[in-house]
Amino acid sequence: MNANVLPRWRQPSATQIRVVKVVIFVLCVLPALRLGVLMWRNELGANPIEHITRATGWWALTVLALTLAVTPLRRVLSVHWLLRVRRMLGLFCFFYASLHFVTYVWLDQFFDWQGIIADVIKRPFITVGFSALLAMTPLALTSTSAMVRRLGAKRWLALHRLVYLVAILGVVHFLWLVKKDLTEPLVFFGVFALLLGVRVVYWLKDRRPGPAGPLRTSVPKMP
Amino acid sequence: MLRRSSDIAPSEITPRDLFERRREFLRDIGLAGIAAGASALVLPAFAQGPAKVFANAKKSAFSTTEPATPYKDVTTYNNFYEFGTGKEDPAERAGTLKTRPWTVMVDGECAKPKRWDIDEIVRLAAVEERIYRMRCVEGWSMVIPWNGFPLSELIRRAEPTSKAKYVEFVTLNDDRQMPGLRSGVLEWPYVEGLRIDEAMHPLAILCVGLYGELLPNQNGAPVRVVVPWKYGFKSAKSIVRIRFTEQEPRTAWNKAIPREYGFYSNVNPAVDHPRWSQARERRLGEFGKRPTLPFNGYAEQVASLYAGMDLKRYF
Ligand code: HEM
Repeated sequence: MNANVLPRWRQPSATQIRVVKVVIFVLCVLPALRLGVLMWRNELGANPIEHITRATGWWALTVLALTLAVTPLRRVLSVHWLLRVRRMLGLFCFFYASLHFVTYVWLDQFFDWQGIIADVIKRPFITVGFSALLAMTPLALTSTSAMVRRLGAKRWLALHRLVYLVAILGVVHFLWLVKKDLTEPLVFFGVFALLLGVRVVYWLKDRRPGPAGPLRTSVPKMP
Repeated sequence: MLRRSSDIAPSEITPRDLFERRREFLRDIGLAGIAAGASALVLPAFAQGPAKVFANAKKSAFSTTEPATPYKDVTTYNNFYEFGTGKEDPAERAGTLKTRPWTVMVDGECAKPKRWDIDEIVRLAAVEERIYRMRCVEGWSMVIPWNGFPLSELIRRAEPTSKAKYVEFVTLNDDRQMPGLRSGVLEWPYVEGLRIDEAMHPLAILCVGLYGELLPNQNGAPVRVVVPWKYGFKSAKSIVRIRFTEQEPRTAWNKAIPREYGFYSNVNPAVDHPRWSQARERRLGEFGKRPTLPFNGYAEQVASLYAGMDLKRYF
């Protein structure tokens, strides 16, 4: 394919990509900033700790969905440069999950480790959330280019398949914690089922090249 | 606007007949629109200092001396699934609830069934102030100055028969007034119930107000029960029917998830919810968590109701 005939949105310049990255960065910071402002103005409602816990958990899961949308979008629309924002999205997911965890340990339980341990054992949804955070941590730690090089692309990719586990654990965590109204966790379930389903379809397609052969891209399959 | 002004129910402040004649008069001369506009101007003043129709409610020895949760929190953080499952939904959406006229059918196993008008109920007995702890099954709590009188006052007048072992409370089921009813999150109408001895206990009240004013819609207007030693969902709101039964009522949350919500649902730190611990609670406005007390701190008054019962089994 001749790169020159691709429309701009498919092949932006380095500067344009940098601008897009800044915009996405700012958008990803906004929810945290909003919480900060609401806290400062004492406008978090009757149960501020619950508000913060829920908002940070919700954003962790939402940003995770956006992160997992990169690969399918890239393939469907052939916008390969999207890969360049994926790391940032993944790290923002980890950022919100960490805030969520800190909220729980600090504001909710106030470092009552005995209570926390009891909670992790007693409340299965906490166990699952905790597992999701644990599974996320090595991904965040190996997100740098240096780590990709050190691990080698193959091992790095294998490790980062853990993100699928994180998605499943995240949704189970949400499904398990609501009292009765499953609407919102089911929406997340649907979104993640779609995002993972697309991957399965592509995987099956790529596995058995038909007479026409699959439309292979030069980019390696990424989780 | 007209609807909003009816929430304030000036019928409680102005003698009822006078109030109604005023409405007729306005309609007759076709000034209803102007009246609506005028009440819009007056309303903010009401919102600042709500009409304290129960300002003289007599104090009760059952009241706690703990600091009350601020009015704003009591009226903006509610579970009332008839208006949605979010905590802010009831305050935002309960404006459509029309609390006058309103009747409560009292029937079932009793000698004197009767359809009560809400204004009759409000005058049935001396309205008291009862400052109660309220513990939600979700693990948070408030302290609320309710206005009401013992539920037994109404029950006595119905003269329940010897077959009346239980009392069932049914909430309004009108999806034009309660948008949440269009969701299938619970089986509607919302039904709650008590054993008759629980319902006759002096702590159980029929509640028509809070903080000295008429119950705000989101808190279960115009009439609800408050049973302070049980988890909040046991205290049925916006009641249209009270029925005496021989069989244990099939209550809404029990029908929905029987493993998690028992008929009794007494506050009990020793019996965990299957998915979370009930040992502690967050009192709204406080930073740390405090231990949850058996029967929500009312054990001295009510524990005897359950003498000999295995509270783990009858959760
Ligand atoms: C150590 C790890 C975690 C702990 C202790 C934890 C704990 C909690 C708690 C206590 C709640 C609030 C429950 C309630 O208000 O009833 C919650 C909600 C939530 N958490 Fe977590 N969580 C953890 C990890 C995660 C992770 C990794 C994700 C996402 C990837 C996540 C997503 C959510 C979501 C979406 C909600 C619900 C938000 C809402 O109600 O809108 N959590 N979590």
